[in-house]
Amino acid sequence: MVPCRAPLGEGAQSCYLADMSTETIDNIRNFSIVAHIDHGKSTLADRLIQTTGTVAARDMVEQVLDSMDIERERGITIKAQTVRLNYRAHDGKDYILNLMDTPGHVDFAYEVSRSLAACEGSLLVVDASQGVEAQTLANVYHALDAGHEIVPVLNKVDLPAAEPERIKQQIEDVIGLDASDAVAISAKTGLNIEGVLEAIVTRLPAPRGDRDAPLKALLVDSWYDAYLGVVVLVRIIDGTLRKHQKIRMMRADAHYEVEKIGVFRPKMLDVEELGPGEIGFITAQIKQVADTRVGDTITDERKGCLEPLPGFKPAQPVVFCGLFPVDAADFEELRAAIGRLRLNDASFSYEMESSAALGFGFRCGFLGLLHLEIIQERLSREFNLDLIATAPSVIYQIQMRDGTMIEMHNPADMPDVMKIEEIREPWIKATILTPDEHLGAILKLCQDRRGIQVDLNYVGARAMLVYDLPLNEVVFDFYDRLKSISRGYASFDYVLVDYRAGDLVKMSILVNAEPVDALSMLVHRDRADTRGRAMVEKLRELIPQHMFQIPVQAAIGGKIIARETIRALRKDVTAKCYGGDATRKRKLLDKQRAGKKKMRQFGKVEIPQEAFIAALKMDA
Amino acid sequence: MHKHLPAAIFTALPAVPEPRECGPEPENFPRVNLPRAALTPYPRALARAIRAVMASAVPDRFDPGFGIYVHWPFCLSKCPYCDFNSHVRAKPVDEARYVSAFETELAHRARLTPGRVVSSVFFGGGTPSLMQPSTVAAILDAIGKHWSVSPGAEITLEANPTSVEAERFRGYRAAGVNRVSLGVQALNDADLKALGRLHTVAEAMAAVNTATSIFERASFDLIYARPNQTPQAWRAELKEALARAPEHLSLYQLTIEPETMFERLYNAGKLKMPDPDTGRDLWDVTQELTGAAAMPAYEVSNHARKGAESRHNLTYWRYGEYAGVGPGAHGRIITPKGRKAQASERHPEMWLTVVESDGNGLVEDDLLNASEQADEFLLMGLRLTEGIEPKRFEAIAGRPLSGSRISSLVADGMIEMTPQGRIRVTNEGFPVLDSVVADLAG
Repeated sequence: MVPCRAPLGEGAQSCYLADMSTETIDNIRNFSIVAHIDHGKSTLADRLIQTTGTVAARDMVEQVLDSMDIERERGITIKAQTVRLNYRAHDGKDYILNLMDTPGHVDFAYEVSRSLAACEGSLLVVDASQGVEAQTLANVYHALDAGHEIVPVLNKVDLPAAEPERIKQQIEDVIGLDASDAVAISAKTGLNIEGVLEAIVTRLPAPRGDRDAPLKALLVDSWYDAYLGVVVLVRIIDGTLRKHQKIRMMRADAHYEVEKIGVFRPKMLDVEELGPGEIGFITAQIKQVADTRVGDTITDERKGCLEPLPGFKPAQPVVFCGLFPVDAADFEELRAAIGRLRLNDASFSYEMESSAALGFGFRCGFLGLLHLEIIQERLSREFNLDLIATAPSVIYQIQMRDGTMIEMHNPADMPDVMKIEEIREPWIKATILTPDEHLGAILKLCQDRRGIQVDLNYVGARAMLVYDLPLNEVVFDFYDRLKSISRGYASFDYVLVDYRAGDLVKMSILVNAEPVDALSMLVHRDRADTRGRAMVEKLRELIPQHMFQIPVQAAIGGKIIARETIRALRKDVTAKCYGGDATRKRKLLDKQRAGKKKMRQFGKVEIPQEAFIAALKMDA
Repeated sequence: MHKHLPAAIFTALPAVPEPRECGPEPENFPRVNLPRAALTPYPRALARAIRAVMASAVPDRFDPGFGIYVHWPFCLSKCPYCDFNSHVRAKPVDEARYVSAFETELAHRARLTPGRVVSSVFFGGGTPSLMQPSTVAAILDAIGKHWSVSPGAEITLEANPTSVEAERFRGYRAAGVNRVSLGVQALNDADLKALGRLHTVAEAMAAVNTATSIFERASFDLIYARPNQTPQAWRAELKEALARAPEHLSLYQLTIEPETMFERLYNAGKLKMPDPDTGRDLWDVTQELTGAAAMPAYEVSNHARKGAESRHNLTYWRYGEYAGVGPGAHGRIITPKGRKAQASERHPEMWLTVVESDGNGLVEDDLLNASEQADEFLLMGLRLTEGIEPKRFEAIAGRPLSGSRISSLVADGMIEMTPQGRIRVTNEGFPVLDSVVADLAG
């Protein structure tokens, strides 16, 4: 046993961790939990932490691992997190169990794959009454792809509606996993948590690694901590990582000296070194998260390994939009806030942009639409900023007649059409898994979005569809639509494949006869009428009535393709005057003003901030 | 010009009334037998403050006047639509104790407003017609003791149109009241019941007749845009009202106010209110019929024959000075430091206690900054068809009105400039006044 010390602010607390020697790698288990959203992943994680005495009962809060407010509220995990549990198993040996909590959305598919790559096994948690659902299916395939051993766990067996035998059969039928040994538990009541711990020890493989080989560690994730700077989550494959060791990030080709090294319990706890199979963190005077790349390989500066780990991909924003302050005077605050967020999230990019209608703002790149919404929400919540987000755009390649090629991700930058040879747009290969009964509706959705069917076959009772789709048809609301038409059962995953030429035109939106550049977008000519009509109908609902009538039009070049009219306001006068209570009237006026502050003036028309993004979400 | 002021504001006007475009004709009024206090000289600082705050460099043809509002907070029952400061008491109210508390508040306000000449007094509520006439007389006596009262002062009392209350009308008249405002509210018994009123149409009309025979001036209120009311039904009802109307009518559209019974019913889906389009149709009917009957609106919800406008309410809307006394009463007075917003404790018994211990019931006594005053000036002034004097806005706000906002609103037909250079809201603008004011105020 070696003594370790607690990090800053932990007082006199001390503890002993199992000594890490080559022999003990067999006593490590690294695992993640695969579950549908309400099937009890967070509750099970909480119970495992509690049962192993990792967090004292009095310090327990629900969903220990989701630290951001947004994560707790939305029930999604954005950052990978880990916790080390010490467990003395029934065989009398002490084990180290590392629970890896992975992000759970298609926008973060790459981050998920790296988190899974840091583990050898997964618990598949299935609600014993509801059974396997789409999200579970997609994630379990990710885990199988990562070579995981999988232990099925039936949760909520205490509920009257539980049908463990039927659900076991379903797991076998649908996923093809032997579920006869599934662990029956109730995470809520704490029933049979020991059974889960024993299954982790006995059924999941120990990691393998060579302690004497040169250091080879996977950079799983990283984030910015106000006190420590950038914290890097690592999984050691081979060799050891010690304090003061000089390291090299192989892909980024950057050199650092390890400052702090430790594990999460789930609070940070310093250790002297991390050996093969272990998961922990390091700090190394790294200034910003952008200097670390998820999936990179960390090795020793002098005695490095030869080959980096496979599977690395640089972060690539695929969706762009403009972010502008509702109140133009807040631009500097927005700049500071974006800078601060970027410290913690290297996967979004930004550059300054100016719009005729919106003034100064930033053109930002995101991993996907959820990522965009999260960043927007964090800016408004953590920095108290009111923002307008413009229509999301993908990156278009514009082949000019003079032979040059322009990469365009802002429709406002569209060159003169006469000088354009062709416009190419990014295409994706999308894989959709769905119960059979929703197949028709999903096929129609894919066809409507210009999809080309590549494959259709069955995995158990589920259809697996492979489609080529233009990304610009997917970024707006494809995922929302898919979830809604399949009642949440379909899962969706995609990879970018190539760029293809398309008959794309710029559609402008005119409000009260004035173009609103923030709402213009590139659309396929065949889809322009539908999109244009949907946009102006949405805007008619979203823009409040004014004292005058407002035409809302969609146009391609000079040609109007859709038109709606917002009728003039007919009546809004306060009838009574409450004697001399002018204060009450003044407060009402102040309230009206506060409402107006959430809108942006275009000519004479005030457009609410939420209209910009909501207008893009199309109904069926 | 500055040299003539401030004396011109308070002494010259009530004594020698200027020709007015609206407002009652003082000479038509019998003299009210109220004692007149000597004009109290007031300090130079106050004079300076008045000059600054009243924007005295900008003479307004429309004299705002100085009014006193007296709030009587009790009702026999609470109407389901009403969110005014009204309370129902099981036991008789100790009016003598209230009289002395009113005297204390009046003395306090009088110390803050030396030299003013009272142009109007308004007893509002609650139900002031539940007061004994002797209570009203005592309050008016106290006012006469503390201020100089203009000979033509308008003394209004709000009354319920019931036979019981009509019996007290002569007593009120003897006390000095010369105008009543009757809460008739509807001209059909079913709707009166739905509005929680305790009188019938027949009783109300009898009270109107009694009132017009006793008082020089009378007005009654109607509430329209009631649940399920159609423009046709309102047209018939309003025609009848105009046939029976005295010189003045207040026609309010029903609104759902917070924490009322109607709000609960409305939220529970049990009250079908006219939609905004129907509300506008009802509004149009109102303007059409009152205009044809020579009782056009002079304010959003107030209609009068020429010269019969409520002097007291004009003080509010012209953003003049007014002292408010009684539970929950509001006031706007000018002190050496500037214009103040005042409000008294709302709860009646609490108000008594506070007044008796502190010598006044104020729970709000705040100086208003230039932009707050500018907002109030616009909010109140644009409710009047006479409109506002832009130079007075400039003097109050310390900035002119935005030229681009004015021209945009003029272009949209919402406001217009009069030949005298005043800004007023057009017939098209009035039904959307809240938007117009918000736009002009910026």
